[in-house]
Amino acid sequence: MTQNGRPRTLFEKVWNTHIVREQSDDTPAVLYIDLHLVHEVTSPQAFSMLRERGLTVRRPDQTIGTMDHSTPTTPRNELGIIPVADAMAAKQLDTFTKNCSDYGIPMYALGDEHQGIVHVIGPEKGLTQPGMTIVCGDSHTSTHGAFGALAFGIGTSEVGHVLATQTLLQNKPRTMAVNVDGRLGEGVTAKDIILAIISRIGIGGGTGHVFEYRGEAIRGLSMEGRMTVCNMSIEGGARAGMVAPDDTTFEYIHGRQHAPSGADWDAAIANWRRLPTDGGAVFDKEITLRADELIPMITYGTNPGMGMPIDAAVPTPEEETDFNKKTALDKALAYMDLRPGQKLLGKAIDVVFIGSCTNSRISDLRQAAQFIQGRKVAGSVRMMVVPGSQQVKKQAESEGLDRIFREAGAEWREAGCSMCIAMNGDQLQPGQYAVSTSNRNFEGRQGKGGRTFLASPLTAVASAVAGAVTDPRAMLAGLS
Amino acid sequence: MEKLKRIQGSIVSIPVNDIDTDQIIPARFLKVTDKEGLGKAAFCDWRYEEDGETPNPDFVLNKPEYQRASVLVAGNNFGCGSSREHAPWALLGTGFKAVISTEFADIFRNNALKNGLLPIVVDADTQQQLFSLAEEDPSTSVSVDVEAQTLTLPDGREVGFPLDGFSKYCLLNGVDQLGYLLALDDEAQSYEARNPQRVVTTA
Repeated sequence: MTQNGRPRTLFEKVWNTHIVREQSDDTPAVLYIDLHLVHEVTSPQAFSMLRERGLTVRRPDQTIGTMDHSTPTTPRNELGIIPVADAMAAKQLDTFTKNCSDYGIPMYALGDEHQGIVHVIGPEKGLTQPGMTIVCGDSHTSTHGAFGALAFGIGTSEVGHVLATQTLLQNKPRTMAVNVDGRLGEGVTAKDIILAIISRIGIGGGTGHVFEYRGEAIRGLSMEGRMTVCNMSIEGGARAGMVAPDDTTFEYIHGRQHAPSGADWDAAIANWRRLPTDGGAVFDKEITLRADELIPMITYGTNPGMGMPIDAAVPTPEEETDFNKKTALDKALAYMDLRPGQKLLGKAIDVVFIGSCTNSRISDLRQAAQFIQGRKVAGSVRMMVVPGSQQVKKQAESEGLDRIFREAGAEWREAGCSMCIAMNGDQLQPGQYAVSTSNRNFEGRQGKGGRTFLASPLTAVASAVAGAVTDPRAMLAGLS
Repeated sequence: MEKLKRIQGSIVSIPVNDIDTDQIIPARFLKVTDKEGLGKAAFCDWRYEEDGETPNPDFVLNKPEYQRASVLVAGNNFGCGSSREHAPWALLGTGFKAVISTEFADIFRNNALKNGLLPIVVDADTQQQLFSLAEEDPSTSVSVDVEAQTLTLPDGREVGFPLDGFSKYCLLNGVDQLGYLLALDDEAQSYEARNPQRVVTTA
């Protein structure tokens, strides 16, 4: 479907249909926002601004709140309540409750049956749909792009803008096609695809761009796999990453709480089928990876761009010709206490974290549980499994996954962001090494002085069982 | 927001690439409900010893000769990572008015401009020159003219930098961007009349 004969990308189609006022030489475009997700950490100052200026929330019916970032994942008490021990966090959560209540915004409070990580519950409830614009004061809002939505993180000032006007000022980004051709091998997952992409382009490689993930390997992923890929677009510098909607997308959405139904469903599908990029549409940039050449990936450094195939050796700063890059690598290896040329395979670890908006959905937990069933977490390792939402937790428990994790020696927790951002007491101790399914390995991200190796849930489980960084393919081979 | 027309100040450099927002302000400081007091937590894990309070004497921001610096010169791709606006709030709170780098992460740049913290993009040679100048002479001062979009180095050389017209207008006049959006209410209503609501969260 073209307009004026010119083929258009998925991004351009969504962008064009949300223009309230066109971009000019003097002003950015004004975009209409279909869905605004809010959470406790990046919203309080925006609500304060509304109060100071006597403004209201324009569309509470297009806004939804959940508590996730600073919430404890510790067990419920005898009253079924998850206690919040941290006074500052408790105050922030109370403030959020009051703000949502005062402005009529529906909100899932800590422990509610629909509470969870904001990027898990949007899709789960059928709120995330193709062709929409979705924003949230959180950089991993890119997750929702898996549905062919234009979804990106915003700052707190912009949270205020959207609350007050349901619109946002944006300069039009450039587009970058990220082709992943071929098929993934056994033991290689969506997480390995995105870690490979980021290690190739670098942490700033996508700055100013929106990614569109394309190709056979992307088409072959489940919605949850596509969410894992889109989630980490920001780790490649792109505010948004998108996948064209297809039958996999429609099957996922169908029947969910906020999905269209009846005749509306048929009309929606007809619209959504017009969204994919037209043949001949041009991207500003393009890169291609071969999925069949990928093996499980792992990061060795202090940003997600510092990743490598799991059997590779840590790079040598002396071989880096760019002075700034050499300095960054020196600094990263010093923080991680790793030697140039060292292999990570066999490196002893202390903690394994399965969770976060990258890898905490039911399929992640099923895959991890299936892999760990009949095995034990090494005695030297603490393994935490944190479901992405209360619904994921409930589903997992109905399938007995919690029992499998517990029997293997892992902790089964309440839902939330947990050790991905380490605001809630779930954190590494100084010097500890973790294999984590989350999205950031920045210095101190998972706890001051903690050291993070980012990897897939399969690599995380294999490493938990071995007590050291382990290629899951070795264990999968042993299984079959 | 106060008007920002000119900046005249001494520079301090952190010549590290990819300084992420978790370094600028670690997540454990995000449990606030206002913008106050974040300045002392800026670069917390680099700036203080293990106890989180004792200044690390080796960290450049703790050196007496750099205490008055108001312009930060940083490695490439400054501000990558999270969307936390606490990052520019913390930098402003610790006395910075501008950050110079070869590139800024998109969300950080947007957040900075909305708070009157000026992100100045320069070429790699200028960046290296500023790194050297800051190290050799802590009193090295630069001046910035927002209207002309120029950075003037100690040797008198003027370097232009990009700044979108709208952000520039807001900085020069000390107005925030929300007023512009509020004034477009008719256009937003007209958009809503033309386009059916996509989801109803209250349903």
